Amino acid sequence: MILARRIASIVVPVAVFGLLAFVPKLSVDIPRVFDGPLDTPGTLQILALCLLFGGVAMSYDLLFGYTGLLSFGHALYFAIGVYLTAIGLSKWEWSLAKTLLVVALVGLVTPLVLGTISLRVGGIAFAMVTLAFAQAGTVIVAKNPDGLTGAEEGVFLNVDPLPNFFVGVFNMKNLYWLALAYAAAVFFIVRWVTESSPGRVWQAIRENELRVQVLGLRPFSYKLTAFVIASFLATAGGVVYVIVIGGATPEVASANFTLSLLIMVVLGGAGLRWGALLGGILYTFLDQRLPALASSEQVQDLPSIFRTPLSEPLFVLGTLFILLVFFLPGGIAGVGRRGRRRGLRLLDEAVRPEGARGGVAEEAEAQV
Amino acid sequence: MSTWVLLTITGLGLGAMYFLIASGLSLIYGLMGVLNFAHGAFITVGAYASWYAQGKLGGIDSVPLRFVVAAIVGLAVGGMIAILTELVLIRPLYQRHIEQVLVTVGLGLALTALVAGIWTQTQQVYLTPTWLTETTGVFGASIPNDRFVEIAAAVVVLVGLLAFFRYTRYGLIVRAGVENRAMVMALGIDVRKAFTLVFALGGLAAALAGILSGVYFGGIDPARGTHLLIYAFIVVVIGGLGSILGSAAAAVIVGLTQQYANYYASSGVGDIAVILLLAAVLLVRPGGLSGAVAAH
Amino acid sequence: MKGLLEVEGLDVFLGGSHVLKGVSFAVLEGGVTALLGRNGVGKTTTIRAIMGLSDRHGRIRLGDADLTRERTDRIVRRGVGYVPEDRDVFTTLTVAENLRLAERNGSARYDLVYDLFPELRQRGGQRAGTLSGGQQQMLAIARALLNENRLLLIDEPTKGLAPLLVTEVAKALEKAAEITTVLLVEQNLGVVHRIADQVVVLDVGRVVHTGPAKEFLANPGLVHRYLGVSGAEAA
Repeated sequence: MILARRIASIVVPVAVFGLLAFVPKLSVDIPRVFDGPLDTPGTLQILALCLLFGGVAMSYDLLFGYTGLLSFGHALYFAIGVYLTAIGLSKWEWSLAKTLLVVALVGLVTPLVLGTISLRVGGIAFAMVTLAFAQAGTVIVAKNPDGLTGAEEGVFLNVDPLPNFFVGVFNMKNLYWLALAYAAAVFFIVRWVTESSPGRVWQAIRENELRVQVLGLRPFSYKLTAFVIASFLATAGGVVYVIVIGGATPEVASANFTLSLLIMVVLGGAGLRWGALLGGILYTFLDQRLPALASSEQVQDLPSIFRTPLSEPLFVLGTLFILLVFFLPGGIAGVGRRGRRRGLRLLDEAVRPEGARGGVAEEAEAQV
Repeated sequence: MSTWVLLTITGLGLGAMYFLIASGLSLIYGLMGVLNFAHGAFITVGAYASWYAQGKLGGIDSVPLRFVVAAIVGLAVGGMIAILTELVLIRPLYQRHIEQVLVTVGLGLALTALVAGIWTQTQQVYLTPTWLTETTGVFGASIPNDRFVEIAAAVVVLVGLLAFFRYTRYGLIVRAGVENRAMVMALGIDVRKAFTLVFALGGLAAALAGILSGVYFGGIDPARGTHLLIYAFIVVVIGGLGSILGSAAAAVIVGLTQQYANYYASSGVGDIAVILLLAAVLLVRPGGLSGAVAAH
Repeated sequence: MKGLLEVEGLDVFLGGSHVLKGVSFAVLEGGVTALLGRNGVGKTTTIRAIMGLSDRHGRIRLGDADLTRERTDRIVRRGVGYVPEDRDVFTTLTVAENLRLAERNGSARYDLVYDLFPELRQRGGQRAGTLSGGQQQMLAIARALLNENRLLLIDEPTKGLAPLLVTEVAKALEKAAEITTVLLVEQNLGVVHRIADQVVVLDVGRVVHTGPAKEFLANPGLVHRYLGVSGAEAA
């Protein structure tokens, strides 16, 4: 039986991703859900973004869901991938190979350095430091040094160095496949890494860091490894993003973006294999399609007290998220699983303050 | 010299606003363990409520009076939103700390988006009594009068909070609760009432910051709350979570650093400097200036 | 005879392990009942369960009231005083503030408390964090005695105290026993011998013996079997 499960655990994802690869061949129209049939560029771009952010969400889940590190600065690494690629290709006119190499290097060194600093502290302080570093990114982008980042306008991607099959509207299906490949790669990398022995240590750290230390392991190096891998995967996602979208915009460097990643992971189910991917796909889909819904006839006909909130995707998403946290904290993938908030319960450690730790309260999840 | 004086007082004015926000955040986290990401929305809601009231109070001729009445409205709305948030969203999730944080994230996004939806992203002009826009000479520098009001507001709130903690029963409960919430319950005190009170105080202070920011920046926009919140978080961490005095000291340091660096280096460097300051403080003293809460 | 405090079939699970397995006993009104047992058998867990500080299953009754589903603060307001194992005084508050916080209604018995512990009156303005261990223990007990409580739950009050202080605490406990019912967790058998009427003995999460204290302590076999000490330990 165990063998069957192991085989299934490889075959199922491969099958899923394989099936998804056929999507651009399908001339299927899903009215209301998409504006055009599945094989049209517009729809394919949306699907590509869904898969892309599913991948980035999985990279965030590695930090948050598996290792229990509440980072509010994951967007920074994604933004590095986005902006450095755009600037390298467009402003500095590097070749694709050189750009990718530089981005890879920066994408490894930056989290190594920042992670080493941030991981000096835990819990809330760690969350705040990561937020602060990401804010530094936001500020740099806004400040537009040497006109490189383009501030509000962003950077339009120079597509000349890119291989032809990634350029042009009719090649959107190739970009879709690129995004799919990214998502699949992240899926398998995260899976492999969390099921390997460092992965088990991460989960142990999430549960009880003290116990890990007592076992003679040093949590710091494990946490740092998780941090670097997760950030690197996000940077890679940024590269894919800028190719799919064709440019860099300041949104990707904003605090809101990390919060969106957080929502994606919780929506899908933190620390559960398919959770982050599902959450990323669903969130991106809603984020992309809600404005279209808002300008539809039915919504436009509503009195403004309903119309206005519904026209704001973040309002809808924020409210849905609140409802989700109340009624389905385990996320979509967590439905039906025992233990109310499987992926989340252990993250309480990350945010619990001293006052709850007083002697009287040590063990108690008091029934209040 | 006069530039320096201007920078210093402006920095203190900015720090004053950070303190107003940080004090609430610090209290809420220290007592309840809730990292309130909706605090930025409280700021924005307070600012917009007062601005909206300003528009509706056209009947009042005197601009200062209109301003003050509108400000009171803004404070009331901010306080009410905070109380509602605590009662409806936070209290039912007692002991589920991570969900409490997540719920505030959702609320913060939703409320800010709602405000943006109703009034768009464009900055709205904020009515300001003339006296506040005029300047006063201090040591040869021309200081806009609003800076004094901001500093005064922060001092009043600080003194008020310290007095509250020292002399009132609820202040006693909050101080004890920050140290050991369960033992307070074990003395027969329903500490949840203190939670609501602390949220209300935080909401009021945040709304006040929003109102003052309207004067300081000359206008309000939906992103204002989120923008200030990030620096307030930095102030809270530098000052030490759960410590009001720590927040006050940190707010001064951060406000001044931002002003000096933005001027003497170049615009934007000040923000980076603050972030580096945070990193430095955490490396040396993870508990923040007050060391009130040890890093885990 | 119906007890003031009745515990029936108390089950407590902590972190996945079944710590208390159907614990049942009664504390009679007006006496001192000692809860005994080796380290780790669940004595503190029992006290905390009664206080509502952990998840519990079973039935806990105080007089006519059912405490099983009640919040901690409501349980306490029914007239329960609590002295935790680690004292848990508020270190950032002064001695006087610690006492003030414990006041429940107008009728705080400061005279009684300052009579028993005159040092607390002297050190009223001192921060509780700067008190010695013994002084903190006095403060913790004083807090519980301040109000007219029907029941006092006291968890290892002499732990870590020098012999002179143990005597002082024992005297204070005697005084407390005169005016209210006490459920006392205590390892020091001398103290138990001095003030306890009844004993309830726990072993691996179950009640293994109840009965008069004098009888139990006079039986070295029982004492050794359940407490792992040979003979009575004099105070």
